[in-house]
Amino acid sequence: MARSGPSRREVIKGAVGVAAGAVAARLADAMPAGAQPPAAPPVVPIDPTRVTGGPTTAVGSRSPFVQPSRAPVGLTEGTSKTPLQLLSGTITPSDLHFERHHGGIPLIDPAQHRLLVHGRVAHPTEFTLDDLKAFPPVTRPHFIECAGNGREAFRKPRPDLTPQQVDGQLSNSEWTGLPLRDLLAEVGMDAAATWLLAEGGDAARLTRSVPVWKALDDALLVYAQNGEPLRPETGFPLRLLLPGWEGNINVKWLRRLELGTAPWMTRWETSKYTDPLPGDTARRFSFEQDVKSIITTPAHPEVLRPGPRIIAGFAWSGRGRITTVEVSTDRGATWRPAALVGAEHPKSVVRFTLPWRFDGRETILMSRATDETGMIQPTRTEWRATRGPGSDYHYHDIRAWKVAADGTVTFANGEVWA
Amino acid sequence: MTPSRAAAMLVTGLLVACGGASDAANARRSPGRNGVPWSADPASRSATLPRDWQRLGVGRPADPARVAAWDFDVDTLGHGLPPGRGTAAEGAALYAAKCAMCHGVKGEGMPPAYPALVGREPRAGFGFASDPTIIRTVGNYWPHATTLYDYIQRAMPYFAPGSLTPAETYALTAWVLAANEIVPADAVLDSAALMRVKMPAAGRFVDDDRGR
Repeated sequence: MARSGPSRREVIKGAVGVAAGAVAARLADAMPAGAQPPAAPPVVPIDPTRVTGGPTTAVGSRSPFVQPSRAPVGLTEGTSKTPLQLLSGTITPSDLHFERHHGGIPLIDPAQHRLLVHGRVAHPTEFTLDDLKAFPPVTRPHFIECAGNGREAFRKPRPDLTPQQVDGQLSNSEWTGLPLRDLLAEVGMDAAATWLLAEGGDAARLTRSVPVWKALDDALLVYAQNGEPLRPETGFPLRLLLPGWEGNINVKWLRRLELGTAPWMTRWETSKYTDPLPGDTARRFSFEQDVKSIITTPAHPEVLRPGPRIIAGFAWSGRGRITTVEVSTDRGATWRPAALVGAEHPKSVVRFTLPWRFDGRETILMSRATDETGMIQPTRTEWRATRGPGSDYHYHDIRAWKVAADGTVTFANGEVWA
Repeated sequence: MTPSRAAAMLVTGLLVACGGASDAANARRSPGRNGVPWSADPASRSATLPRDWQRLGVGRPADPARVAAWDFDVDTLGHGLPPGRGTAAEGAALYAAKCAMCHGVKGEGMPPAYPALVGREPRAGFGFASDPTIIRTVGNYWPHATTLYDYIQRAMPYFAPGSLTPAETYALTAWVLAANEIVPADAVLDSAALMRVKMPAAGRFVDDDRGR
């Protein structure tokens, strides 16, 4: 058969050499300062419409041009934060959900896993996952946030912090499971029960005491996240979800619930996750994550060019719905309401956006959220007055970003509220 | 909605309408206020069990062997403390062999992964909120001795959790308490002795009053 024009092989061969340089230039242009380019730049054809593309695949993967990552510290005791600045919408991709473990990530065979429910119940029972899936399921969006989220930024508000470093122990998922109150009805919970102990099946066998009123309110036992089973690092095959409450109490790899009449005072609710207060005391059982927001773009390490920009970020409250997010583009002198996405969902992340124009003059951007209980994000100064500089958890003060005249963006909490 | 909440929302609405924040509104914005009150009293909460729940009949009666294997938690009244005893001297040898590589020879810790266990300063007050340099230890911050026993048997040693016998756990608990000068260096701990231990930080903890 006669051919005209280049062969398929020639098209690809020619494309490789030319495209590699073009891609490298485009990447350098698009990458924010300080970000690491991929180790090997992807090779693309000059004209993708002239080359048959790739085959179908069993499991999808991201474009080689999009390579987000958590920030693992490489310890079984460590954290790995969500890259908030790379996210859109309200849902965190499951493989980017932040991590915090206390005995590493266990490998659990779901067929062997059991949930034991005992103590102050009429019918001490052990459930398989299939048993739990016989309960009417519910699916709801909720955030999980570590109680210590923001600690590093509060202690040392360095200008070179990114949204991931400031608040990356926050993630938002669509969870599927069953209301815990249904399970407690099934086992015939004793009316005298006021607390329950939740225990994980990991090497920490992590335990937390939970007031029964929360279990009867909006608590869930979840087995799925964003349309598929939980991931090992988010609790596979079963976790407790207490909407709006500090991350640690949402016990992963859940294997046991014991009903009782007093809190157990485990290490995780005494030595940890308590808040020292002025006046020689410490607050315990401070479960709710208070109202909070952060601008995730523009943020460090972006470099802005003068012109139109969208200011965007996340807001959330462990006490209910977000009603308002206000943005200031003049160091807090004036505030304007941002548009919200997802605000109908309580205890779930809201996306806020506000059109803005960078005019090449130095300024400071801030966001300030209000929730339906009327709680408003405090300033760093206000927060410190209430809690003191030595407190460790539940930082939710206003976050600020400084945009310099040359377009560089830096974290500004240390400068604004020195 | 309570009147105070309605007022707060009204203030917010005014802020939005005016496009700017007023000092009066800022003054009202004290953190730790306005939220949903927390209370240990379940009567203050309205949620109840589903009244018309029809049992599904799923699951199996709890296997007594599983309950026995898993139900080893210890509460503040001493429920769950097993028979057995151990001395602080025995604990010193165990600590050197199984704990010191992470927590330090004297319990000084290896931050950030492996916390300090020993330290009584400051002897007066409880100034953790005002001084971020004070390291929280069993001696200056833990309010209950039972928590120490529970946590050691539950999660320690970090690389071999669940491997300690009750006698070893009592001994290690005794060593940590002795190193913190909470019990004498020749202390012998069993369940009764552990329940008599008075922790320096007992009584320092208050329930959450945010939103009250």
